[in-house]
Amino acid sequence: MVPLSYYLVLSGFLFACGVAGFLIKRNIIAIFMSIELMLNGVNLSFVAFAAHWHVLAGQVFVFFVMVVAAAEAAVGLAIIIAVYRTRETLNIDQVNLLKL
Amino acid sequence: MNVHLVLFLAFGAVCVAGAVNLLAQRHPINGALSLIAVMAALAGEYLLLGAEFVAAVQVIVYAGAIMVLFVFTIMLLNAGVEERTNGSRVAILFGIPGILLGSILVGWVVLRHSGTEAVAAGAMPGDPKIIGQLLFHEFLLPFEITSVLILIAIMGAVVLASKPATSPAGKVE
Repeated sequence: MVPLSYYLVLSGFLFACGVAGFLIKRNIIAIFMSIELMLNGVNLSFVAFAAHWHVLAGQVFVFFVMVVAAAEAAVGLAIIIAVYRTRETLNIDQVNLLKL
Repeated sequence: MNVHLVLFLAFGAVCVAGAVNLLAQRHPINGALSLIAVMAALAGEYLLLGAEFVAAVQVIVYAGAIMVLFVFTIMLLNAGVEERTNGSRVAILFGIPGILLGSILVGWVVLRHSGTEAVAAGAMPGDPKIIGQLLFHEFLLPFEITSVLILIAIMGAVVLASKPATSPAGKVE
C-alpha cells in the first residue's frame, strides 16, 4: 500500500522539473519537452486522486489532457519548423523579434 | 515493505532520474529519450493505481505518437547541442536555496497532513468498458469538443508547416 502523498510528491517533483527545464533550457524543442513533462506530472496526480476517491472521472480527464497535449505537440512542432525556416536557429535567445 | 511500495519506488526512481536527466542533457535527442523513459515509468505507476487503460494509452499515445513526433522534428531540423547562456547571479544566489526550501516545505506539509490512508493496488476498475461508458455518456460534449480541437490542430499544423512560397493559390509560375 502506497500513501496518496507519495504519488503527489512524485507528481509535484515532475512538475517542478518541467518548470525548471522551461526556464533553464535554451533550445525550443527542449522547452517544449519540459511542457510535456509538466503535463505528465499533472496526469499522475489526476490518476492518483481518481484511485484515492474512487471517482473514475479523473481517469477520463487524463484522456482529455492527452488529447490537448497531442494537439499542442502537433501545432507547436509546426511552429518550431516555421521558426527554424525563417530564423535558421533553434536557440530561444536569438528568436527575439518581439523584444524591445 | 510490500511489493506495491517496492514497485512504486522503482518506477518513481526511473521517473526522477529521467526528469533530472532531461534537465542535465544538452542535446535534445538525449532529453527526448529520457522523457520517453519517464513516460514509460509513469505507465507503470498508472498500472499500480489500477488504471490499466490509461497506462496502455500512455504508452501508445504519449511514449509512442507524441515522442515520435518530437524525435522526428529533432532529426528533421538537425538540432545540435544547445548553447548555454550565463544566468543572472541573483537568480542562482536566491533561486537555488529558495527552490530547496520550498520543495522541502511542500513535501513536509504533504507528507505530514495526508495521513497514512493508502491507495490500494487496483482499488478501482479502470478497464476500457467502464471508461468508454463514462466517456460516451457523461463526457460526450467534451469528447466532441476535443474532436473539433484535434481537427483544428491538424489543419493548423498543415498550414504552419507547409512551404510559404507556394501559398498564393492559382498563381502560375
